[in-house]
Amino acid sequence: MDRKLKVVHYLNQFFGQIGGEEKADTAPLKKDGTVGPGLLFQQLLGQEAEIVGTVICGDNHFNENLETAKEAVLELVKGYRPDLLLAGPAFNAGRYGTACGAVCEEVAGRLAIPAVTGMFPENPGVDLYKKSVYIIETKPSSMGMKDAAQQMVGLALKLAKGESLGSPAEEGYIARGVRKNYFAKERGATRAVDMLLSKMKGEPFVTEYPMPVFDRVEPSPPIEDLSQITLALITSGGIVPKGNPDHVESSSASKYGKYDIQTAEALSPETYETTHGGYDPTYANQDPHRVLPLDVIRDLEREGVIRDIYPYYYATVGNGTSVANAKKFAQEIAKDLLRDGVQAVIISST
Amino acid sequence: MAKELEKAGILTVHICTIVPISKTVGANRIIPAVAIPHPLGDPTKTKAQEKALRRTLVEKALEAMQTKLEGQTVF
Amino acid sequence: MALELGRIPIEGIRWGRATRIEEKVLLIHREELIERTWGGDSRITSLDADLAMPGESVRIIPIKDVIQPRVKVEGGGGIFPGLVSGKEKVGNGRTHVLEGCSVMTVGRIVGFQEGMLDMAGPGARYSSFSKLLNVVLVIDVKKGITQQEHEEALRLAGLRAAAYLGEAGRSITPAEIDHFESLESRSTKSSLPKVAYVYMLLSQGLLHDTYIYGQDLKALQPMLILPTEVMDGAVVSGNCVSACDKNTTYHHLNNPIIEELSKRDGVDLHFAAVVVTNANVTLLDKEQSSSYTAKLVEQLDVDGVIISKEGFGNPDADAMMNCAKIEERGISTVLITDEFAGADGGSQSLADAHPRANALVSVGNANTPITLPPMERVIGDVQILGRLAGGHPDSHSEDGEITVELQVILGATNELGFEALSSKEI
Repeated sequence: MDRKLKVVHYLNQFFGQIGGEEKADTAPLKKDGTVGPGLLFQQLLGQEAEIVGTVICGDNHFNENLETAKEAVLELVKGYRPDLLLAGPAFNAGRYGTACGAVCEEVAGRLAIPAVTGMFPENPGVDLYKKSVYIIETKPSSMGMKDAAQQMVGLALKLAKGESLGSPAEEGYIARGVRKNYFAKERGATRAVDMLLSKMKGEPFVTEYPMPVFDRVEPSPPIEDLSQITLALITSGGIVPKGNPDHVESSSASKYGKYDIQTAEALSPETYETTHGGYDPTYANQDPHRVLPLDVIRDLEREGVIRDIYPYYYATVGNGTSVANAKKFAQEIAKDLLRDGVQAVIISST
Repeated sequence: MAKELEKAGILTVHICTIVPISKTVGANRIIPAVAIPHPLGDPTKTKAQEKALRRTLVEKALEAMQTKLEGQTVF
Repeated sequence: MALELGRIPIEGIRWGRATRIEEKVLLIHREELIERTWGGDSRITSLDADLAMPGESVRIIPIKDVIQPRVKVEGGGGIFPGLVSGKEKVGNGRTHVLEGCSVMTVGRIVGFQEGMLDMAGPGARYSSFSKLLNVVLVIDVKKGITQQEHEEALRLAGLRAAAYLGEAGRSITPAEIDHFESLESRSTKSSLPKVAYVYMLLSQGLLHDTYIYGQDLKALQPMLILPTEVMDGAVVSGNCVSACDKNTTYHHLNNPIIEELSKRDGVDLHFAAVVVTNANVTLLDKEQSSSYTAKLVEQLDVDGVIISKEGFGNPDADAMMNCAKIEERGISTVLITDEFAGADGGSQSLADAHPRANALVSVGNANTPITLPPMERVIGDVQILGRLAGGHPDSHSEDGEITVELQVILGATNELGFEALSSKEI
C-alpha cells in the first residue's frame, strides 16, 4: 500500500486515562492520536499504519446503553475514516470484553473494515462475539499487554492487507467455531489412510473435526396434574398440509410451518403429507399419524387425560437442518407457547 | 429444539428413533420410537394394532411428563 | 484368485453407425443404445440419450445415478451381478474399464434428494464427474407406477446402458493393466500394520437403499466382501441420500479407499479385508450391526480400520457406534465424514458425537451456499431445483443464476473421500 493505513483504537475509561470505576459511566468521546497503551500499539504498527484517533467509552455506559452507545461509537470511528480498528485488549474484564466485542462487530459489519480485539478465553465477551469477531487470546491481566498487542497488530495488518490467514492457533486468535471449506492437496481417502498410519504408529495426528462438547439444560420439573395442561405438538418429521403451502424445504429447513388443527380430529393422507427428504416417505404419506400422533392425542383430550391440545402444531424438517436454525425455531415457538399458556410439548422425530 | 424449549421453561418430551442423537444433543425426556420412517407406527401391523402402539408411546410420554428427573432419562 | 483390471482410456464420445471404440473414441449407435437401455421394460415410456462433455456450458439435473461402463472379459459372472447379470460370484479373471466416461440416469424426479452437475463454471470444480465424458439418459416412466418401481426401472436401465457400452471394450487392448491379488490368498504374517476397511452402506428404504449382488441390505449381517467383487459391480447404488454424499455406482466401482489401500498394500500397510455393513432405521438394528461389525473386525486381528459413511443425520449414529465399539477393542479408527454445519459454518456439524471418534477426515460442509451462473444448456429439468435437498424455492434469480447449497452437487462431499474438499475451523 502506498499510503499509511489509518487506525482507530477503542478503549474503556481506565485504559483511556479518564478514571477508574467512578468514571465507568463516561459517554463515548474521542481523542486524536494515541492514548495510554495506544503508544505501544503505534510502536508495533511501525511505519505501516498510524493510530489517528482513540475512541473511549465507560464500561457501564456502554453495557447499559448498548444500542445508543454502539451508534455513538460508530459515528466517532467513522469520523476518522479508518482502514482498521483495534479494541482493548480487554483481558478478563467482562464489561470491557463485551464492549470491545460489540464495537468490533459493529465496525466490521457496518464499515466493512477489519477489527481486532483481545481477550482472555474466559471473558464472557468471547462466547458472545467469537463467531463474528477476531479475538486474540490474551493472558488474564494487563501483564500480558505486550504479547497481546503484538499479536493483535500482526493479525490486524494481515487482515487490512488482505493476506491469507493461517489457522487460529497460528495467528493467535480464539477459534471462532466456524467451519470453512477449502480444497486440500490430497483427496479424502488418501488423507484418511495417512491419518490412520500415524495414529496406529502412535505418531501425532490432527483430526479434521474435533468432537463437540454439548451443554445440558436442567430438566423441567414434572407436571402434577396432566388433566389441567394444554399440550402442544411439534414434529421434525416434516408433516405438512398437502401441497406444502409454506414450502418447508425437504432438507436444511430455513423455516417451520405453524398449522391450525382446531377443527382437525385426525390427519388424513388426502390432506397431509411429508416433505422430509431424508427417509422413505411412503409410510408417513399413507398415514401421517405415524409421525404426528394427533389421533391418539385427540382421544386423550376427549377422555380428559389432558385438558386440551394447542390449536396449532409446528412442523419442520430435521434432515440436515442446522442446530442454529433448530434453536431459532424453538425460541420463536417457545414465545407463542408461553404466551398462550402451554405447559408441555411432545416433539416427534424420525 | 427440545433443549431450547426446556430452557424457555416448557416441559418437552422427545419421541425419536435415534436415541443416542437425542441424548447427545441434550433432550431430557426421551421416548424411543419404532423406526425412522414411522416413529409412531408400524406398517406390518393392522391399523388397530398400530393405533394401540401409538397410544402406548404417547402414554409413555405423558408418564415422562409426570416423572421427576435427575438428568437425561430414556423411558 | 486374482483380478486383472484393464483400463481403456476414452478421450472422446460421438454418435456413430455402430458402437465401438476407435483410437480412444467411443462411437455409439444411438438407437441401439436406447433399445438396449430400454431393455423391454414396459414401465419406461420414453428414453432419450444426450452427451455432456467437460467444459461445455451444460447443467444436468436431476441425476439419480452415475455408472461406469465395464465388461467382464474373463472369469466368473458378469458385470453388476444379480441385477443385469446372473448371480455368479465375480471378482476374478479380467475386467475391462472404459475410463474417462460415464452413464448418467436423469429424468422426472423420484424423490427429493437427487442431484445436479455443472460441466463448466464454478460448480464443476466440486465434482469429478464434470471431468468425465457423460452419456446422459433422460428416462420417463408410466404415470401411476409406484415410486419404488420408478426407482428400479431407472436403476436397471442405467446398469444395462453401462453394460452395453462396456461391451465395446471387450476386445480392446487396455492401455494399462492393474493386478489385484485376492486378499484371501495372501500370507497374513506381514510385519506391516494390518488395516481393514469398514464400508457403511445405506439401507433405509425408497431411494435410500444399496444392493450387493442385487439384494438390498436391510437384512444384511455385516460380512466380508472382496475388493475385486466391488470392482466388478457387486455393490450398486439405489439411493439419493443427498446428492453431495450419496455413493453413486461409479463411486463404488472406483472406491478410492480400496484403491488407496490396494496401492499401499505391502508398502506401508497390509490390506487385510473389507467389511460391509448397513445403516438401518431402527436403533436396535444400528446397535446390532455395529456390534457385529466390531466383533468381525476384532476377529480379523487388525491394527486399524478406515470407516466410510454414506448420507448424514441418522447414519451419524451408526458411524459413531462403529467407531466407539471398534476403538473399545483397542483398534484404531479413522472415519471419513462430511459436515452439515449450517450455511455460515457455525452450527454443529454432525448429528451425533462420541469422544472415541478422535480421528476424523472431513470432506467439507455441505450446507455451504454457492451461486452458480446460468448454463447455456440444461439436460433434464432446472425448475425442479426448489424441491431438491439443498435448493430453496427461491433458488432461481431472474437471469438464471442459482444459489444452492453444495448439498445439491452430485458427489461434492462424497464420504469415500473421492474429492479433495475439506473443512477446517477458523
